[in-house]
Amino acid sequence: MAPQSPSPAAPGARDPLHKDPRDPLDRGARNLLDKIWDLHTVRELPGGQTQLFIGLHLIHEVTTPQAFAELRELGLPVRFPGRTFATIDHIIPTDGRERPFADAQAEAMMAALERNLAGTGITFFDWKSGRQGIVHVIGPELGLSQPGMTIACGDSHTSSHGAFGAVAFGIGTSQVRDVLATQCITIARPKVRRIEIQGKLASGVYAKDVTLHVIRALGVKGGVGFAYEYAGPVIDAMGMEERLTVCNMSIEGGARCGYVNPDDITLEYLRGRPYAPQGEAFHRAAAFWRGVASGPGARYDDRVELDGARIAPTLTWGTHPGQSLGVDERLPRIAELPDAERTGAAEAFAYMGLTPGAPVEGTPIDVAFIGSCTNARISDLREAARVARQGHVAPGVRALVVPGSQLVAAQAQAEGLPEIFRAAGFDWRDAGCSMCLAMNPDKLRGRELCASSSNRNFKGRQGSPTGRTLLMSPAMVAAAAIRGRVTDVRELV
Amino acid sequence: MALPGAAGGAAVREVAGRGCVLRGDDIDTDRIIPARFLRAITFDGLGEHAFRDDREAAKGDHPLDAERFAGARILVVGQNFGCGSSREHAPQALLRRGFAAFVGGSFAEIFASNCTALGLPCAQLAAPELARLMDSLELDPAQELVLDLAAQTLASRLGVLPVQLSEGARRQLLDGSWNATAVLLEAGAAIEATAARLPYLSDFPSDSANDPRA
Repeated sequence: MAPQSPSPAAPGARDPLHKDPRDPLDRGARNLLDKIWDLHTVRELPGGQTQLFIGLHLIHEVTTPQAFAELRELGLPVRFPGRTFATIDHIIPTDGRERPFADAQAEAMMAALERNLAGTGITFFDWKSGRQGIVHVIGPELGLSQPGMTIACGDSHTSSHGAFGAVAFGIGTSQVRDVLATQCITIARPKVRRIEIQGKLASGVYAKDVTLHVIRALGVKGGVGFAYEYAGPVIDAMGMEERLTVCNMSIEGGARCGYVNPDDITLEYLRGRPYAPQGEAFHRAAAFWRGVASGPGARYDDRVELDGARIAPTLTWGTHPGQSLGVDERLPRIAELPDAERTGAAEAFAYMGLTPGAPVEGTPIDVAFIGSCTNARISDLREAARVARQGHVAPGVRALVVPGSQLVAAQAQAEGLPEIFRAAGFDWRDAGCSMCLAMNPDKLRGRELCASSSNRNFKGRQGSPTGRTLLMSPAMVAAAAIRGRVTDVRELV
Repeated sequence: MALPGAAGGAAVREVAGRGCVLRGDDIDTDRIIPARFLRAITFDGLGEHAFRDDREAAKGDHPLDAERFAGARILVVGQNFGCGSSREHAPQALLRRGFAAFVGGSFAEIFASNCTALGLPCAQLAAPELARLMDSLELDPAQELVLDLAAQTLASRLGVLPVQLSEGARRQLLDGSWNATAVLLEAGAAIEATAARLPYLSDFPSDSANDPRA
């Protein structure tokens, strides 16, 4: 065996990751967040903040009009128009898209987006492109979201894109303006918490159950100040769409970003995507992508281990995503809860009209919604269809399926999924955010209780100020739809 | 109405005024400004819709409608205030309702970052002091609060209490660089230099050049 010498530090443009002064040979002490952060640092700012370059900027109609207006006031152009991509998702109707929209406010927002994009050079995926969809669905499926990038969007669920091994987070409209003007934002480097999920998931337990379980364990503010690094055998075994679901809800646990280290699954997903490098360039990219993964000796600010085998199909019962339980459990009794949670729980019970101590299984529902950036990808629709074909939507239940994008819809069509859903009594719609936050005509009415594959069960979230939401996996939503009540999906898969 | 967020650049060293107590933890941005009010292309008029559904459910008995808190400039809140959506409409609505600062147990990260971008400090107060402050304000809502960013203190009838702000935000507020565009532009060519060392922009560009349809 030849004597081994340490590999040279090789600084320079070809080895952009080998530049940690604390570890010039980069023996694996840096985690993914630190590597990407160092690579994208334009300069350090006073007070411990970084001027961070944003490699990919995604925009939509809701959080950008004021940013473009301010840009015009400042007389500034879009600095890197090739690195911003636009779509329309929040306000778009899901049952007919003739212009002008029947909804005048939606039409005004769509027209404003078109005006703002005109002449900038920003690519716009409207529905005529065949690639329109929820911004966190299209970035991944088009190959725009890649390992090693910083990704920002005026939407908190931008954490989704961390599934690729990117540092991805939501920003406000002022920061959208900053990115348009400078391709940078001012931000403090977060700490990193590694969350290892050991073991293996049981049948009928999905990525949504994992993310709800993590939030239940660590709390809705447990992640403030942290990026979550998800790891362990359960995450390793997940496909990209499942990882997107887990990273998507990092923000519901308070973490502005969450990520998974890139691996073979990540690379295979990207191969051949429209915006992924092709041919020889793909190999160069792959070397970089693998290199951004946390090193074997990576440092973390905190570590948590959870047992995947113990995760049951999980759903929320309250008014924030941390108020959840396994479908086979009873709702909590106020007195059993920690002091700090009692007031909030009592308020949540009053709003939800549920009974402390009662089983959650069997709770009657009024609406079933399968959609959102959390769970409207093709694998979600396949699992939901597998359940839906076993029955018919229960009398009195309104059920709709809203694919995450036009490409997801086309794939579903090719697989015959819309027919399965329609035959089972579900309404099959066009792509958009829809009833996740009800900025379009898809809304709850009155106190309706909705089994929803979305991400937020906040008061009034689904469009009625008194509407109620139970978050769960798409398969669980389908099960609830056909039984008319909360059902343990393990009975059906 | 001239809004602090519009022009930017003014240093925020101190916010003084009366307080409004809004109890409860995990108050999300959907409650602060329900999504239907985001269906617009400006932030105009958001102030009247702040906490709209909560206020209607309370039938007038909401702190934002309470006579005793009328004209308050500092909103005193619980833990994890502003969680959920990244909508800047939330701090915009509260700003337009007259609030110039937040004092609370803790704040969600994107909300706090949006507040900084509008020149609005989010100051954290330890839980026991926060509970005492809320009680004190309800007994004597006319008392004046003074939030001092340099000293990191909050003065009230309870005396001078230590508060915490994230250091980056505090510096941006104190030196008037909270409207970040100008500061970011100062980096000049360093921005392009950073772009040039990113493999995905230089070595294997992942732009529409790869897209046969583009």
